[in-house]
Amino acid sequence: MPDSTAVLHQEEDRPELLHHFADAEQQRDASSLGMWVFLATEVMFFGGLFCAYLVYRRWYFGDFAAASKSINMALGATNTAVLICSSLTVVLAVWAAQTARRTLLLVSLAITMLLGVTFLGIKGIEYRDKFVEHHVPGASFSFEHESIPGHPGQYANPRHAQIFFSLYFVMTGLHALHMIIGLGIFLWLLIMAWKGRFTPEYNTPIEIGGLYWHFVDIIWIYLFPLLYLIDRHP
Amino acid sequence: MSAHSKSSPLPMYFAVFFALLVGTGLTVFAATLDLGRFNAAVALSIATVKATLVALFFMHVWHASEKLTRLVVISALFFLLLLLGLTMTDYATRLWS
Repeated sequence: MPDSTAVLHQEEDRPELLHHFADAEQQRDASSLGMWVFLATEVMFFGGLFCAYLVYRRWYFGDFAAASKSINMALGATNTAVLICSSLTVVLAVWAAQTARRTLLLVSLAITMLLGVTFLGIKGIEYRDKFVEHHVPGASFSFEHESIPGHPGQYANPRHAQIFFSLYFVMTGLHALHMIIGLGIFLWLLIMAWKGRFTPEYNTPIEIGGLYWHFVDIIWIYLFPLLYLIDRHP
Repeated sequence: MSAHSKSSPLPMYFAVFFALLVGTGLTVFAATLDLGRFNAAVALSIATVKATLVALFFMHVWHASEKLTRLVVISALFFLLLLLGLTMTDYATRLWS
């Protein structure tokens, strides 16, 4: 059985190449495709929420605009910039792994995590404001005498505003949950990178983790204008 | 993927990064203008351009060696549009009769 011993030797040389793949490229393509299929399910998952949002926004546009105006736009815009910066550090990390730049890889992964934590911190400040203002759906919800933008003298219906805030908390909350999972993934990547597991030949986990991080960024790119910027003009 | 390309992808990454920041600034600026019904269209167009930039260049769809990857991306978008499109053709036209 000379062939199988040859395969075994190859496996010993390349421990990261699993035996059911012909070569490293096939293994990487399979991992990447698997991640994209998962992201497709995520598109449908968030798509249902975006669909619910669109239907109610059409029905209760004025109430949604009034509720949207109560969210801190500066914090949302800052968070958008924070996520874009983190996407840049992710592509830098992938590039660093592919070109065997250990310091840049570790620094990029660490800055990505730092930016992720910054995002969640700013999100926390935003949520705190909503709790203080009684804008959290539930028994103590209150949205009285909030005028509808562009319609002086007309007040938003608190029941309809509550639907906006329900969607706001579910959509940003699920997004924040994805960020927390992403931070877990990047902590693992950082530890593996520290141990020197990634080489120019094998860096698929960083690429796959990066795909996830960019996807979460894309979701935020849509959440920001839809939730924060419905009707902001004076 | 980009590991196989000869030239460094860094200038492209930074160009996309600045385009995304400019896009964010543009969205915030456009939201302060009274464009009537077009406010939402402008905001969603900018968001779609930004998302496309991220997918094509940061997620390497542009350079993806696997055609299957593109198939998955396109089918995800197709079914998302089916979901949003068919739902909104119902809800948006209920008051027509």
